[in-house]
Amino acid sequence: MDLQGFGAQLAAGTWVTVQLAIVSMACAVILGLLGASAKAAGPAPLRALGTLYTGTVRGLPELLVILLVYFGAANAINAVASTLGYTEYIALSPFMAGVIALAFNYGAYMTEVFRGALATIPAGHREAGQALGMGRARIFRRIVLPQVWRVALPASGNIFLSLIKDTALVSVIGLEDLMRETSVAVGYSKEPFTFYVAAAFIYLGLTALTTLAIHGLERRTTHGMRTLSG
Amino acid sequence: MIRSMLALLLGSLIAVPVFAQDTLRIATEGAYPPFNFIDASGEVKGFDVDIAEALCAEMGADCELVTQSWDGIIPGLIAGRYDAIIASMSITPERQEAVSFSEPYYSNKLQFIAPNASDFGPGDASEAVIGAQRATIAAQWLQDNVPEADIRVYDTQENAYLDLESGRLDAVLADVYVSYEWLESDEGAAYEFKGDPVYDDDKIAIAVRKGDEALAERFSEAIEAIRADGTYQAINAEYFPFDIY
Amino acid sequence: MNWQVMIESLPALAEGALLTLELVAVSGVFGLMLAVPMAMARVSPRGWVKALPMAHIYFFRGTPLLVQIYLVYYGSGQFEAIRSSFLWPYLSEAYWCAIIAFTLNTSAYTAEILRGALQAVPRGEVEAAEAVGMTPALIWRRIRLPRAFRIALPAYSNEVILMLKGSALASTITLMDLTGVARTIIARTYTPMELFLAAGLLYVLLTFLILGGFRLLEKRLNRHLQPR
Repeated sequence: MDLQGFGAQLAAGTWVTVQLAIVSMACAVILGLLGASAKAAGPAPLRALGTLYTGTVRGLPELLVILLVYFGAANAINAVASTLGYTEYIALSPFMAGVIALAFNYGAYMTEVFRGALATIPAGHREAGQALGMGRARIFRRIVLPQVWRVALPASGNIFLSLIKDTALVSVIGLEDLMRETSVAVGYSKEPFTFYVAAAFIYLGLTALTTLAIHGLERRTTHGMRTLSG
Repeated sequence: MIRSMLALLLGSLIAVPVFAQDTLRIATEGAYPPFNFIDASGEVKGFDVDIAEALCAEMGADCELVTQSWDGIIPGLIAGRYDAIIASMSITPERQEAVSFSEPYYSNKLQFIAPNASDFGPGDASEAVIGAQRATIAAQWLQDNVPEADIRVYDTQENAYLDLESGRLDAVLADVYVSYEWLESDEGAAYEFKGDPVYDDDKIAIAVRKGDEALAERFSEAIEAIRADGTYQAINAEYFPFDIY
Repeated sequence: MNWQVMIESLPALAEGALLTLELVAVSGVFGLMLAVPMAMARVSPRGWVKALPMAHIYFFRGTPLLVQIYLVYYGSGQFEAIRSSFLWPYLSEAYWCAIIAFTLNTSAYTAEILRGALQAVPRGEVEAAEAVGMTPALIWRRIRLPRAFRIALPAYSNEVILMLKGSALASTITLMDLTGVARTIIARTYTPMELFLAAGLLYVLLTFLILGGFRLLEKRLNRHLQPR
């Protein structure tokens, strides 16, 4: 495949895509833990907010959420900042807008995953912790969380794979990720097929590597567990 | 693992927001050759970029150039993501409601282009498939003047040319200078202007936020200054063999 | 918040929503037609039967929909051979390119859902059918496929919702779907928040509509399981 000297740019774009995916996923995990805790144990208004969040976000197109965050979030942030007495403009880079939009979107999916995982932990485990005199935070960190990770891992892995693919949408708001660099190359070479196929295979490589990594993690976290297959 | 992810996360939160200082942040699109485009080394180049640099030098300002997709370029300015737009933007009544403009730094016309072999003329527009870039005066002109045509709007001008080449479009309506550059290129050799310009009072200027008229005034003065000292003409000559002011 | 712009845009947005619904429905039907034979081949014990659907599923589930839609739309225009072939009248239309890309994409996901469902059909039911002397074709038609469809339905309704959300990408290849209409109006009014929120509301409405439809279908398919 002749990339006509655009190889380095595609590589740079790929690196941006990888960074965007990892940072967004980390934020989505945090948002998911918060959302799941709110839905499982929070006061009623917080629970309702959680339901509204997961209910609407999962019905909105990712592209729309990205556009909404990019155009709208900066205004909202500046409004909040100015009420706090901060007068300088705070600009939102396409990267940050992408992280916020993807995290907001996928945080809803992660909330549902963690909620399901939290429900699988027997009440007896917490009670055992209490009997040992552990505090709530300690029980969460030492008993609940390690088990939640394990239960949530397969579903989270699938969600991360979708997130990697959805990073391509951030190119629409001008982030110079793999997709946008590919479009720039197409504009030059007038060979859309060649370059979009190249991009497709790079994305395929990213998702294949991620799948391998998830399997490796799954094997490690289930180490010492009894499974049906022995 | 988790700790390093958190570090990466916090790092990005702190490092990425850009706070406005004495530097001027200027947005351009980067997909509108020869006025602004990204070359193979990833740098933004073009007439707009050269003019922006000349103006900044004239004003003694520190400028930072950012690229921004076209249909988000005005919302981005309003949101405060940058201070000015130098991206071949035409002055229109609708835009004047949203932003303020400097004095024009070049003027433009709209003209149809179609394959050499085609007998398309501006009069046939209402029965043709015509492409234009989303959120441009060309797209707006089509919607206002030939609403019965099959109008296709593209995210970038380059995508509209790609579709003229593939034969999906009968014609493209665009700025003459942009078309001129493309018609001069290898791909554009099989295409030509059709008929007279349909619109010839298109003034291109620098957009700033409402309330930033002082900045617009500084740009206007700088435009006059680079016209007077010949910097403008030198840049003009690099791109076009005729005066576009 | 500019309410007037929102209200004035509603008729145009509703029209866009209709195109969105049409794109989802047409590519959903085509995708299902493609997914059934793929899922059947996928559960075959023979390697060469499995290979093609597996490659298709792997490619379309492993790459972004945006890349796929650009490949079909802009990629097809690169080759003179395609431009002069009988396919061009279809490929030259953004509408059909969107349908093709969405169909290929959803067929990959749907085939995987159906494969899981086929494998979940209780072995005993198939054996019972064999014991009463049904031919393999009859077992597919009467036992395995109907059972699999019922098992797959909840997961499939999720896939249709994902397709609804993915259909917003049609706006990147000039189509005036719900997102496309919103973006075009914003190009004139510069009121992104208002328009995207209105469009978002319509998407949520469409989601409820689709989920409601599936709930009815599920009830109907499972009516023999309901207490009398």
